[in-house]
Amino acid sequence: MHMFFVLSRLAWRYLWRNHRRTIVMLSAIAVGTWAMIFMTALTRGMVDQMIADGISVIPGHVQIHNPDYLDDPSVNNRIAYTDTELTARFGNAGFSSWASRVRVPAVVTSERESRGVTLLGIDPEAERSFSFVDYAAVDGRFLEGPDDKGVVIGAKLADTLETRVGKRIVIMSQDPDNEIADRGFRVVGLFHAEMEATEESYAFIGKHTAQDMLRIGDTVSEVVFVGDDYRDVEPVFDKVAAQVDDSVLVSRWTEVDTYLGTMMGMMDGFMLIWVIVIFLALSFGLVNTLVMAVFERIREIGLMLALGMKPAMILGQIIIESMMLLAVGLLIGDLLAWATIKPLEGGIDISVVAKGMEMFGASSMLYPNLDIGDVILANVVVLVLGFLASLSPAWRASRYEPVEAITKV
Amino acid sequence: MNIVLRLAWRNLWRHSRRTWLTIGAMVFSNTLLVFMISLQFGMYGLMINNTLQVFSGHMQIQAPGYKDDQKMRQVVHDVQPLAARLRSELGSDTIAARGWAFGLASSAERSYGIGIYGVEPAHEPQVSNIPGLIEQGRYLEGNDAAEIVIGATLARNLRIGVGDELTLLGSGPDGSFAAAVVDVVGIFDSGVKEIDRNIAEMPLGTFQDVFYMDGAGHQVVLLAPELDQAALLQSRVEGLLAGDDGLVVEGWDALQPGLKQAIQADISSAFFMYGILVILVAFSVLNTQLMSVLERTHEFGIVMALGLKPGRLGRLVMLETAMMGLIGMFLGALAGALFTTWFTVNGFSYPGMEEMVANFNLPGRVYPRVTLLTMFAGPLVVFVFTLAAAAYPALRLQRLHPVAAMRTN
Repeated sequence: MHMFFVLSRLAWRYLWRNHRRTIVMLSAIAVGTWAMIFMTALTRGMVDQMIADGISVIPGHVQIHNPDYLDDPSVNNRIAYTDTELTARFGNAGFSSWASRVRVPAVVTSERESRGVTLLGIDPEAERSFSFVDYAAVDGRFLEGPDDKGVVIGAKLADTLETRVGKRIVIMSQDPDNEIADRGFRVVGLFHAEMEATEESYAFIGKHTAQDMLRIGDTVSEVVFVGDDYRDVEPVFDKVAAQVDDSVLVSRWTEVDTYLGTMMGMMDGFMLIWVIVIFLALSFGLVNTLVMAVFERIREIGLMLALGMKPAMILGQIIIESMMLLAVGLLIGDLLAWATIKPLEGGIDISVVAKGMEMFGASSMLYPNLDIGDVILANVVVLVLGFLASLSPAWRASRYEPVEAITKV
Repeated sequence: MNIVLRLAWRNLWRHSRRTWLTIGAMVFSNTLLVFMISLQFGMYGLMINNTLQVFSGHMQIQAPGYKDDQKMRQVVHDVQPLAARLRSELGSDTIAARGWAFGLASSAERSYGIGIYGVEPAHEPQVSNIPGLIEQGRYLEGNDAAEIVIGATLARNLRIGVGDELTLLGSGPDGSFAAAVVDVVGIFDSGVKEIDRNIAEMPLGTFQDVFYMDGAGHQVVLLAPELDQAALLQSRVEGLLAGDDGLVVEGWDALQPGLKQAIQADISSAFFMYGILVILVAFSVLNTQLMSVLERTHEFGIVMALGLKPGRLGRLVMLETAMMGLIGMFLGALAGALFTTWFTVNGFSYPGMEEMVANFNLPGRVYPRVTLLTMFAGPLVVFVFTLAAAAYPALRLQRLHPVAAMRTN
């Protein structure tokens, strides 16, 4: 242990003997580390936001459907249980947020235009906590209950249809016998969403009103469950699966929206590749610095060996020197990253490319997310790989023949 | 060989390991840059082509405002004669007229809201790839035939095949009720979920009859031979239409604003990463050249005392750097080209890529192509930064005092 301190002090002093070289190398490590963490925070922030927005629209971390529904979202593919049975099964099973809903494709027609939408028959109270619509921010009012006779559509859709709160629109869909099921509705509210596509695609009506219009009695199309954490939906999934039989399909959100699911999985892979690429770019400079540091003190190393210092000590000293260099560089880089990300946490406005971000499924505000796990990963990867990269120059240094080394000019 | 060149070349190899390590950093970054830039711009090209060839074309003639609202009554009058006139005046056959309406499509079992294109069967295949993607049956033939082609997913969901009847319900530009029964003659499979699920095409003549269009349509689609000739074609078309203020020409980037912005967003994040790589290389070079200048302080002192001007020494250092940079540039470009060519042959893919890029109409495996531009764009930037990094050590020499320099060792 005492030896370790001696070697450390030696290494530290050697590091500052050629301070210009050390400073250049430290700057490189700091910039590299900053880039690793900064880029990762931006990307993670974007992916998190995409998933949070995406899930709120899906919605729910776990869903139940008729097994055929996801491919063919028709009114015929309803859940085998009646809504009353569902309430009996899930009402007292300890789910904090869940809701059953009617969800069918439909055509909305004003006196001017027609558009296709996804028609959602909901119980507004059950969905209040996780709906992507902020009920309070609706122009007009949101639905008041499952028996509400009005419809709430997106502001953008209302524009296209040239309708507004108080006017009537006709909603057309089909009943289970493929008879046209249509009904006139008064627009009671217009909702706003992050993405235009969302505002154009959904129309909300009361659940009972929908069941009545579509002539489907007490049945629904899907049941959605929201757990505590979207990253870990297994507990909810297991709990739901335990309550139902094979007549329905229980799915995680990653299976319902494979794009978002893949994004989440890829994020960690991307992070690791980015960290390694930067490290490799740095490693050439690191090895170079060590090789030079060894080269310019060959005579001293020879002297120390001649005086009886063990080769292992030389090896250890070079590696400690490299680790110190990396540690100081990492520390500066980490602080730099923290200092640049913190002020940006209120969000970065990237609305100049809003339409493009919509293609990615992301919104026009970017909130960097400085995840402590990512920071640790970056630091550990750099230290471990840095250790491996220093082995070769350190090994060479410890293998010198004392006499040769001392006489080297 | 010029004496200065010879001197620089010899100096470079005084520490061959250090030089190779520095060149290694360049080659590593250049290889990555060549590969990523080739891949990136190859993907953008595919993204643009794949997206534009489906429906948008390189430009469209529309009524003002149609692009944003797509309302039925924002029509192009006498759309077929207009398209015919443009075809003869521009001497191009990649021009076609279209109408677009939203309607409810009902089979015996199911009803879905879909988008219906009215197209010119003789000309549509020149501007869109949908006619070439017919999987079953055939594409449309007569301009006035009561027939329709639909997407594969739609056919499956409607539970109909070639030869079955489909009922269409919708409304005309004046809001009047439109209905028709047409025969399904073909089913296309584009591989893009949204299109296969939501789109149908029928002959423009029939479309105009059914939806009371009175000879009007909504767009004339034009395709230039290549994307980079689109702007020229657009100005010619604008010239031909001058005086007709009921029409506008919208370019592809206006028709698909998301596409261009997605590319911009992707470019900016990619350039951040490239920038970091280049900066890290620059640090590596700075370190190496600083070392090589510092260790020669004594010798520089002597030659200066003998009358050599500091400016010449500075040029010598720059020359050494340039030699090193050139080796790095060519080796890197070559390595990058070889690396990329391997993927040109075998294709590039990663787990989850298919889901990721489907939003942009891209296949799950892409084949990057090396061009002179993608091969040298990155390495040239690295080279410039290499020279810039050596400026500091070279400029330091200007302040060198011969006597003081000779005292150091």
